[in-house]
Amino acid sequence: MAANGATKNIIEVRGLKTQFGDFVVHENLDLDVHEGEILGVVGGSGTGKSVLMRSIIGLKPPSAGKITVFGEEFYEASEREQREIEQRWGVLFQGGALFSSLTVAQNIMAPINEHLHLPEALARDIAALKISMSGLPPEAGSKYPSELSGGMSKRAGLARALALDPELLFLDEPTAGLDPIGATKFDDLIVSLKKSLGLTVFMVTHDLDTLHSTCDRVAVLAEKRVIACGTIEEVRRTGHPWIEEYFGGPRGRAALGERPAPKTSARGEAL
Amino acid sequence: MQAAAAKFEVGLEGGMLKLIARGDWRARNIGLIDTALRDFEDDSTGRDIIIDVKAVDKLDTTGAMVLQRVLHSSAGRSDKSRIVGASPIHDALLKQVEAHLAPCSVAPTRMNAFILMLERLGQGVINAYFASLQILSFVGLTLTTASRALINPSRMRFTSIFAHMEEAGLNAVPIIGLMSFLIGAVIAFMGAKILRQFGAEVFVVEMVAIGVLRELGVLLAAILIAGRSGSAFTAQIGSMKLREEIDAMRVLGLDPIEVLVLPRAIALVLMMPVLAFISAMIGLVGGGLVAWQSMDISPALFLTRMQESIAMSNFWVGLIKAPFFAFAVAIVGCYQGMEVEGSAESLGLRTTLSVVQSLFLVIVLDAFFAMFFLEIDF
Repeated sequence: MAANGATKNIIEVRGLKTQFGDFVVHENLDLDVHEGEILGVVGGSGTGKSVLMRSIIGLKPPSAGKITVFGEEFYEASEREQREIEQRWGVLFQGGALFSSLTVAQNIMAPINEHLHLPEALARDIAALKISMSGLPPEAGSKYPSELSGGMSKRAGLARALALDPELLFLDEPTAGLDPIGATKFDDLIVSLKKSLGLTVFMVTHDLDTLHSTCDRVAVLAEKRVIACGTIEEVRRTGHPWIEEYFGGPRGRAALGERPAPKTSARGEAL
Repeated sequence: MQAAAAKFEVGLEGGMLKLIARGDWRARNIGLIDTALRDFEDDSTGRDIIIDVKAVDKLDTTGAMVLQRVLHSSAGRSDKSRIVGASPIHDALLKQVEAHLAPCSVAPTRMNAFILMLERLGQGVINAYFASLQILSFVGLTLTTASRALINPSRMRFTSIFAHMEEAGLNAVPIIGLMSFLIGAVIAFMGAKILRQFGAEVFVVEMVAIGVLRELGVLLAAILIAGRSGSAFTAQIGSMKLREEIDAMRVLGLDPIEVLVLPRAIALVLMMPVLAFISAMIGLVGGGLVAWQSMDISPALFLTRMQESIAMSNFWVGLIKAPFFAFAVAIVGCYQGMEVEGSAESLGLRTTLSVVQSLFLVIVLDAFFAMFFLEIDF
């Protein structure tokens, strides 16, 4: 499907239709996510970016169309197969969605204890590792979610998403609400985790800097479908008015300006 | 390739220990060899080690962490200790993990159980003291807000009051009716059985009428409202508190007491006498039907006897108590809602507290009223 025939698709969405009552969010939506890439999903408010993510991770059954993850159709799979697929992906929800009655370390240990049946000491070690990998200090392990700041909640949510060593990571607005320094660190963290763990990442984001610094490809949601998908240069070349406004606006150009892309910089300035 | 399990062998090479790891070193397999590895770590203290991972075909962060743990477990190891034979991918993983080996605390440290018990006891007493002060100040706050609203009726939120009257009052009628009917019937049954021994069956009328009119009608209504509406008030206001809606109100110049607490309190105070009345009447019907069925006391006889021997004061005693019970339930429900903070757990705790405290208060108030009316001989 993609230009490079050898790439394997981890996620394939075909002809997806999602609706709430009479309100249609997606219609005839197609999307591929390749193995080992970071795909950024952008779109205006209300275009259903988070809904698309929820459809893919099995929380919002589609009205029509087919969603394949790891080569299996989640909504067609038996309950047992669904549990197995779920162990292969990790999800970071927008607010972290930590279980408020458990400490951070217990949050991370929850999926480990549920699925892997490891000795307690090893589970603790794994929790400590994920806490450190997601950039939290060790003493954060014994804190309850209500004691964490927004940025720390996100990191703790990421640590829990990574608990089972997923192959596929879903991130819903990972940098929203973080200060620029924290956001940059979070971007670096995701890129470095992707490299060392071989992750595929599906990221919903509004943050242009995150798009530029982390994403291999970008999918643009508008008019109830994916209107463009490719590298930022490829997407900009489609010339769709919303895309022009998005990347050509002051924020878009500022984000581009830091890392001048040879093909588009001339055009970017001309705008 | 045998991918099924994680295995390791220990040998010696040039005076150093050598650990050869094989197979699938992913989290689900590591569990089986973790104890053996920890024993090995204890035994190999202070000796240099070479870990050969050439034969590892699958590795995840857990596997990499365990390998790094073996390598770093003993302080006596020199720089000669190392991991060899890793493929580039595994090497990247091992490096990534190596930087993050610090242990972390899992749960807050716990104190000695006895001291903890003492601390909890002390904390509980102090909390009870402050909680009663706070409830009193909340009552005061609500009453001053209410008097302001009475002086200036445009501050009354009538839509809200009527909505709560419907939800907390009208919608509770069927369940209160059913409960009172059954309780009235049960009292008549029990009374009939005992009074028959003295040949005084006809006194069952007094028993049912005084019991239901004076105490049970209003008490049943109040208990049901405490469970039904008190908890709902706490949950509604508590979840608004969690979503910062209460803070938003304050900032916008809306008084949460006036907007949230007052309409609920007024609605309950207005509806509780009505509910108590309905409850008492249906209780009488239940008792009367049983008296008719099992003791041949016809409804006409039941009513005549009631008029002859039951003072009207019994009816008024029941109704007078209703608004006080209602106020207590509404105040406790709203107060606990306002006290919610932080997490969903706090919401659950406060809802429980709300029901327990309002039931407690209703019973205590009832006891006070009983003594009061006894003293004034009403």
